[in-house]
Amino acid sequence: MADLDDLYREIILDHYKNPRNSGSIESPPALVEEGFNPLCGDEVKLYLVIEDDRIADIRISGQGCSISRSSASLMSQAVKGKPISEAFDVLARFRRMMGIDGEESGEPEVADVRSLGELAALQGVVKFPVRIKCATLPWNTLSAAIARSLG
Amino acid sequence: MASTIRSAMTADTLDVRVIRKDFPIYQQPYEDKPFIYLDSAASSQRPEQVMQAMDEYYRRFHSNVHRGVYTLAEEATARYEAARVKVGRFLGAKDPSREVVFTKNATEAFNLVAQGLGRVLLNQDSVIVLTEMEHHANLVPWLILQEQIGFTIRYITFDSDGYLVLDELDSILDGASLLGVTMMSNVLGTVNPIAELAAAAHRHGALFLADAAQFAPHFEVDVSGLDIDLLCLTGHKMLGPTGIGALWARSEILDRMTPFLGGGDMIADVRLDGFVASEIPYKFEAGTPPIAEAVGWASAIDYLESVGMGSLRAHDLKLTEYAIANLTGSLGSAFKLYGPKVAADRGGVVSFDLAGVHPHDVAQVLDQHGVCVRAGHHCAKPLMRQIGTAATARASFYLYNDEADIDALVAALEDAYALFN
Ligand SMILES: Cc1ncc(COP(=O)(O)O)c(C=O)c1O
Repeated sequence: MADLDDLYREIILDHYKNPRNSGSIESPPALVEEGFNPLCGDEVKLYLVIEDDRIADIRISGQGCSISRSSASLMSQAVKGKPISEAFDVLARFRRMMGIDGEESGEPEVADVRSLGELAALQGVVKFPVRIKCATLPWNTLSAAIARSLG
Repeated sequence: MASTIRSAMTADTLDVRVIRKDFPIYQQPYEDKPFIYLDSAASSQRPEQVMQAMDEYYRRFHSNVHRGVYTLAEEATARYEAARVKVGRFLGAKDPSREVVFTKNATEAFNLVAQGLGRVLLNQDSVIVLTEMEHHANLVPWLILQEQIGFTIRYITFDSDGYLVLDELDSILDGASLLGVTMMSNVLGTVNPIAELAAAAHRHGALFLADAAQFAPHFEVDVSGLDIDLLCLTGHKMLGPTGIGALWARSEILDRMTPFLGGGDMIADVRLDGFVASEIPYKFEAGTPPIAEAVGWASAIDYLESVGMGSLRAHDLKLTEYAIANLTGSLGSAFKLYGPKVAADRGGVVSFDLAGVHPHDVAQVLDQHGVCVRAGHHCAKPLMRQIGTAATARASFYLYNDEADIDALVAALEDAYALFN
């Protein structure tokens, strides 16, 4: 049986209770993208300011469980101020860690996970397959927002 | 077998230990956890008797129904039709052999009503009335039909205690052709005043459609006494198998309705340029029906009847009272109950919020304790918006639950609260 401590690490609980970059940005200039998890009703609303191919600012609002909210908070930290190409790279590594887009074995590269820094706290989610969708919701929303900004 | 069940009750109380012996799922190891099943409102477990009935049907009597002239085909048809009558009698139908249409589930029954009745009853000037506490099954089929033919839908709202607001009922019903209401809310637990609502609908010349998906598993239903016109229910929430449900409707109404699904078995004649539909209820049952499921459902009804719907209700009520008292008692203001505060006004369903812990996380921590509860929007998104949340956790009770299950729920919730606060 998977252990709850793997899921609810301290970093996760901290980001759940004190979400970083939470709030909204006026649109325009911000790009607004909404994501839903139709199964459980989780919602995330992303505000993105993209300048010179960089994520100049990001704010997140919405409602959801500790996993989707902390994932959004950690994601905002990881991509804020980064060039879009770098954000894409983090996105790809995160999806691999979640066992999506990865090799069959689902075992993520250790170096890959380390390079994710605090985000690696979400690694335990993989042991709770139902919750993977919670963790990936903000990331899928980010990916949709960037795709839209690129036209 | 019925004798085992009868001995399980003394003076209106169920002996859960005896009941559980009939449910194989309680004899299985559940990983390395206790098995505390509190999600019967989503789907109940089923007793050995139901599985045996289906097994025996397949082993000894199966063939297609309504087709063959050989003995075996007659046996299968007789069992399928006997199941129809059993469901009809369980509901208090006047003409059980003609008024019950088997469907895949309650959802399909509502789609049949919307497409089969809605299309002959409604046009773009029509009005129907639903409530804000309906399950999507009694909402989306109407929204689909509305897109197709256009009509107005008015909604009866509910108050902060989960009761329908009926002050303006007469003006809401003015000019309406149909009123559709859930007999018991799957989220709030509220048991609605069905006789009163049906009478109001009839005063305005509207038909009354009832959603009995949650109600029928827990209470005696009497369509004649309540003066209901159409009613949908589902087998898997009342000890029956998945894959079967029914629409019951008065025969005059079924006669007016047009077929919804077409194909074999529902016709009297087919030519290349047209068809003649069969009689009710067959004209609504296209293709090979869920025969074994009907047989299993009939056996589930036998089981419920031998327990007695009155004893079952008394048991639900006792558990609901115990749950509300203990959850409030040990979690205090951290526990927020949705729906009526009075257990007598609700079925065995308790939706709640635990301060600082999202329902998903509640369900996850509870799972660690072997406690199975539902978390989410419960297929009632308009209701969730009305109560101002995206998700709740929900515990629901049935005849195999006891106070110890609720004690386990309370302990697990205390654990969840401690982890997050
Ligand atoms: C009140 C209510 N109506 C309708 C349904 C639909 O039942 P089914 O999914 O079996 O069609 C449900 C079940 O979730 C319900 O709770």
